[in-house]
Amino acid sequence: MSDHILLPEGSIEKLTTTLNLGPTHPATHGVFQNILELDGERVMSAVSTVGYIHRAFEKLAERRPLYQITPLTDRMNYCSSPINNMGWHITCERLLGITLPKRVDYLRIIIMELSRISDHLICNSIVGVDSGAFSGFLYLMQFRELIYEIYEEVCGSRLTTNIGRIGGFERNFTKKAFEKLDQFLATYPAQLKEFEKLFTRNRIFMERTIGCGPISAERALNYGFTGPNLRATGVDYDVRIHTPYSSYDDFKFEIPVGTTGDCYDRFLVRNEEMWQSISLIEQAYAKVKEFTGAEAEVFHADVPSYYLPEKKDVYTKMEALIYHFKIIMGETDIPAGELYSSIEGANGELGFYLISDGGRTPYRLHFRRPCFIYYQAYPELIKGGMLSDAVITMSSLNLIAGELDA
Amino acid sequence: MSLTNELIQQRLTEKFGGQLTGWSLPYGMLTFTGPKELNLKVLQFLYDDAELKFQFLTDLQAVHYPDSIGAELAVVYHLHNLTDNIRIRFKVFTDIKTPDVYSATALYASANFMERETYDFFGVNFMGHPNLIRILNVEEMDYFPMRKEFPLEDQSRVDKDDEMFGRG
Repeated sequence: MSDHILLPEGSIEKLTTTLNLGPTHPATHGVFQNILELDGERVMSAVSTVGYIHRAFEKLAERRPLYQITPLTDRMNYCSSPINNMGWHITCERLLGITLPKRVDYLRIIIMELSRISDHLICNSIVGVDSGAFSGFLYLMQFRELIYEIYEEVCGSRLTTNIGRIGGFERNFTKKAFEKLDQFLATYPAQLKEFEKLFTRNRIFMERTIGCGPISAERALNYGFTGPNLRATGVDYDVRIHTPYSSYDDFKFEIPVGTTGDCYDRFLVRNEEMWQSISLIEQAYAKVKEFTGAEAEVFHADVPSYYLPEKKDVYTKMEALIYHFKIIMGETDIPAGELYSSIEGANGELGFYLISDGGRTPYRLHFRRPCFIYYQAYPELIKGGMLSDAVITMSSLNLIAGELDA
Repeated sequence: MSLTNELIQQRLTEKFGGQLTGWSLPYGMLTFTGPKELNLKVLQFLYDDAELKFQFLTDLQAVHYPDSIGAELAVVYHLHNLTDNIRIRFKVFTDIKTPDVYSATALYASANFMERETYDFFGVNFMGHPNLIRILNVEEMDYFPMRKEFPLEDQSRVDKDDEMFGRG
């Protein structure tokens, strides 16, 4: 006791240090603010502030026809925007009762799994960067570039993709897109293997991440965790299995789970999910190749009131012109209904709660953003750990500021 | 044994009688409404009951219906039973002048941010919430922006006099 500093009665000094981690700090990978109370290097408590990039998507969505909401979903989890886009399309299709041709479903699975890979590889390599190992990041980053090039071939853009339409894709995959996919499937596994060699059994990395930011399965469920973060605690909940969408039930894949829910388990779960995604892409790609004749050219369902007609038809056919006009001007009434639809986003269950009163726009649209819900566990995760563990815990949770704030 | 919608409805009706109303199945999800004073009792029962086990709060948000006087705000809970993989939707309606609803934070830690968000946008006062302050909007804001009295310009409005595109 004697060597402890004692403050005089009524002193405004305190024994702990207050540290503002963020809002714009290179270690936070986004606009996150945490006011930490530190005792030396140990975190005593944390208060998270969110909302720095809130853009009122839910309000905006109330005045937009369905297809104009897709670009809003891009900007939520911008590391894997195609998954958000597809989730929104699937929600609309469920509301409208549209069934898609199998080929579209499989093409969607290819795109969704590619973006899951691009999301997980960023997250995992950033965990590496935060624990002092930059090479993994450098090795994997080139494959994100390749994935972005595939998006570019499919939809023309890279980061905020606005990929696909209600009812399918805006155009068929080009030959170039398939070539790039071939290239990805041929080269990525070897690189991922090398990445794993660098990290998985690396003594420094293991000591750095094992036991860092752990959470039990009970607490994780109570905190509403979903996705890889929940699976790292040992709960095998995956929307792709529990509520299959987009023909995921046609394929065989495994759901990796961890045990302790610490940074290391989250890292391993994400790595294994990338392998599963590669396998899913291969399976879906094989099925896509099996289509012959007219079926091999199908890339959208026949829903003229929601799917934009081809431009050359717009100029020559009356019907196509009318549909084009009505869609662009947002003059199509949506059937009334109430629907909660969710998909497995890269971070967890991405849900869309859509209420339509029969007007042209949703009456209410709520996004269930997995990040927003599990971020509230962050103070509990880092409490009692070191400051540097707080940083690595944040990156291994894969917090995306855009998704957090919507 | 797997849980079915009928069974859930039966168990809840046994327990709460006629207090739960508005049973419906929009897009296959069992939906019902309860009085707002009972929201915690219903949630607790759904959580504790050995058969029901709705222990995962998927989502919590509000909806504003300005035209239904006396029940303008609906607080909507989406619950998920992960063992039997079945979801339900539970709504409570509240008057907009006294939007007091009991907080579910004691039952679900995940309700903390979600209730703060709902308070932030709709002004639902969650009684018993440990820290009911604005979360996404600035602290100085003195209105609840998701309420319907704050409209955005309607891009698909029909009253617009627009000669070029023939509307109105």
